Amino acid sequence: MQFDFNQTYFSLFGIEPRFALNTPELDRRYRELQAQWHPDRYASEDDSARRLSLQASTFVNEGWQTLKSPLARGRYLLRLNGVDTQEDTNTAMPMDFLMQQMEWREAIASARASRHLDQLERLNSELREEIAALEGLLGGQLDAAQWDAASTSVRKLRFLEKLDQEIGDAIEAVMF
Amino acid sequence: MALLQISEPGLSAAPHQHRLAVGIDLGTTNSLVASVKSGSASCLRDEDGKSLLPSVVHYGRDGEILVGRSAQTRQNDDPANTIVSVKRFMGRGLVDIGELATPYRFVDEPGMLKLVTRAGVKSPVEVSADILKTLKTRAEASLGGELVGAVITVPAYFDDAQRQATKDAARLAGLNVLRLLNEPTAAAIAYGLDNGAEGTFVVYDLGGGTFDVSVLELSRGVFEVRATSGDAQLGGDDFDHRLYCWVLEQAGLMTPSAQDQRLLLTRAREAKEALTEHDSTRITAVLSDGQVIDQELTAHDFQQLTAHLVQKTLLPVKKALRDAKLTAADIKGVVLVGGATRMPHVRRAVAELFGQEPLTNLDPDKVVALGAAMQANVLAGNKGDDDWLLLDVIPLSLGLETMGGLVEKVIPRNSTIPTARAQEFTTFKDGQTAMAIHVLQGERELVADCRSLARFELRGIPAMVAGAARIRVTFQVDADGLLSVAAREMSTGVEASITVKPSYGLADNDIARMLQDSMAHAQDDMQARKLGEARVEAESLLNALDVALTSDGDLISAEEQSAIRTSMDNLRHLSAQDNADAIRIAAEALNQASSDFAARRMDAAVRRGLAGQNIAEL
Repeated sequence: MQFDFNQTYFSLFGIEPRFALNTPELDRRYRELQAQWHPDRYASEDDSARRLSLQASTFVNEGWQTLKSPLARGRYLLRLNGVDTQEDTNTAMPMDFLMQQMEWREAIASARASRHLDQLERLNSELREEIAALEGLLGGQLDAAQWDAASTSVRKLRFLEKLDQEIGDAIEAVMF
Repeated sequence: MALLQISEPGLSAAPHQHRLAVGIDLGTTNSLVASVKSGSASCLRDEDGKSLLPSVVHYGRDGEILVGRSAQTRQNDDPANTIVSVKRFMGRGLVDIGELATPYRFVDEPGMLKLVTRAGVKSPVEVSADILKTLKTRAEASLGGELVGAVITVPAYFDDAQRQATKDAARLAGLNVLRLLNEPTAAAIAYGLDNGAEGTFVVYDLGGGTFDVSVLELSRGVFEVRATSGDAQLGGDDFDHRLYCWVLEQAGLMTPSAQDQRLLLTRAREAKEALTEHDSTRITAVLSDGQVIDQELTAHDFQQLTAHLVQKTLLPVKKALRDAKLTAADIKGVVLVGGATRMPHVRRAVAELFGQEPLTNLDPDKVVALGAAMQANVLAGNKGDDDWLLLDVIPLSLGLETMGGLVEKVIPRNSTIPTARAQEFTTFKDGQTAMAIHVLQGERELVADCRSLARFELRGIPAMVAGAARIRVTFQVDADGLLSVAAREMSTGVEASITVKPSYGLADNDIARMLQDSMAHAQDDMQARKLGEARVEAESLLNALDVALTSDGDLISAEEQSAIRTSMDNLRHLSAQDNADAIRIAAEALNQASSDFAARRMDAAVRRGLAGQNIAEL
């Protein structure tokens, strides 16, 4: 039994290294790979087989999670092309984008404080639309090998996903 | 264990031979053992024909240990030495269990409390092991042979400490744990395979002391958990307790004796059960001072008294649906598990939330054990025609303490397991040579609100300016949902030597002591297994040291090398003989003799990694 830990997630799942994704195909391959490598398949095997299966199954899960999420997939494609998205170091964002972020934050905070579940759900769906639009843009930039622009989009998406999480937390705080 | 991780010896499969494996539902109130015989799963019965074993352990005089119904009969006259619902204490400290009425004397210890009994101070792990031993004996008598392994079920919402405690209890009972399986997932296997179900299902599992809810997608032999949630301190016991408090209020009692407490709790449970079938019941008891309790209770009143508990279960249900990005309308069926789901108002609340009648065609007491038995059969290597794949998740986020007492999430809840995540650390002071890492589990932002799983220190970082050092720490969650943490040396990718087991107050030498205690009473096959294990461990340790000495022997002096070699020869010599304890002691001695060497290898590895990093950065 052998597993190639150096292959890319795209080659692991046997799909083209592009942003556009055939999700049902990814999921189908994912189940096939787990059916082959999951630790449950090796529960009665020796130590080294069990260790390999744990690592391979973990790698498959990581790959699936990376490819499934548009943000993680975009970041991963950039990395494969030798581009560092500098998410922790490059915080210079366009001024209008930052202003918009502040407005989002204020809207979430005020809806949370006044316990307006409807308002939070509305913000949530507005944000999801914005995220979808930005993901579309990122796909185009990646296809056109516009790495700098794609990097900026990834950084922006990271901001939006954080907002998404904040809304989720706020909804939970109000609901429960 | 500094040099390598040692696991249980692998079991080599003999083909064409049915390997005996069982599923065990280690419940708060009742425990069961089940097995697959000629293709179908069934619960194994005791000599009286009963499959439910009450999870009650009585520590009697002269070292007598009673488990099950015989222990239950001692509950009222000797409550302090009769442990019920011990599952509630697994991996828990005194502060966690709150104001639950119990007749026990506790000793609070870091991580997990202990109970004072006639037989000495007992950890919940030891009490649980006594229950598991009884089930193991029953299974071996019933199946007519030695077990190759067992699947033990745990509440999906159990955290790492509770899982680790359960696995240790099984180990202590002499069971080879094939897998810790989440209870709702086990139920889904039994239900799904029985009914050929396809689609998205919810398992609502209200047991004696825990509540779990899982959202699963069933499709062509794949059981995929989409989200799980729950409350590890909520179950049928709480309904009993509420009723018990009501009885006290009605009778104007303030502080009943331990014996009266136990008696009234038992009466409360009986009344709860009676109200499943009847519209009203009487609670009658004669207390130790002669006072007579005689109260009438209607089903309506009982439901009012406990409505808040039913409501409390609905929050995790909504949370799990939200995490799975689904609504109640997307759910094809709701499977009820756990004896407490027999209460009519629980069923009604679930039916109302989902707009459909829940599925109850499997016995809610047995379905978990049956599913566990099916999984055990597959894991033991008895592959039948039908084969399935389980994809389960981690119930609670794992995180690290960052500055200001905050938690940074490293692995989010509902991540499919096994999973791993690496995090890079750096120093924040000039010349800093050590770094503390604190691993936590939970969803809250503050360290104080999450469960502390492990604290450890990385030492030997060479003094550099702040921010220059970089050490990669990997968090691995295995298929049992258990966490291990390892530091990795970065430039060569060699796995470095820190592996941290989450601590819950039960140190490894505690386990060793308990193992030895139980070994004293054990049978010969246990001795044989212990010897086999000790030999395998000794062999791996010797192999690892051989490799390490060949590659890194120059890190230590000739004297140190020769001391290690002498200790290795001693272990080799003892391994050829039949005394497992002697092998273990020699292995421990070798571990100690080589711990300096291990530390230096770690230092060297980290330094090599940092040196590489430095050059790259200059």
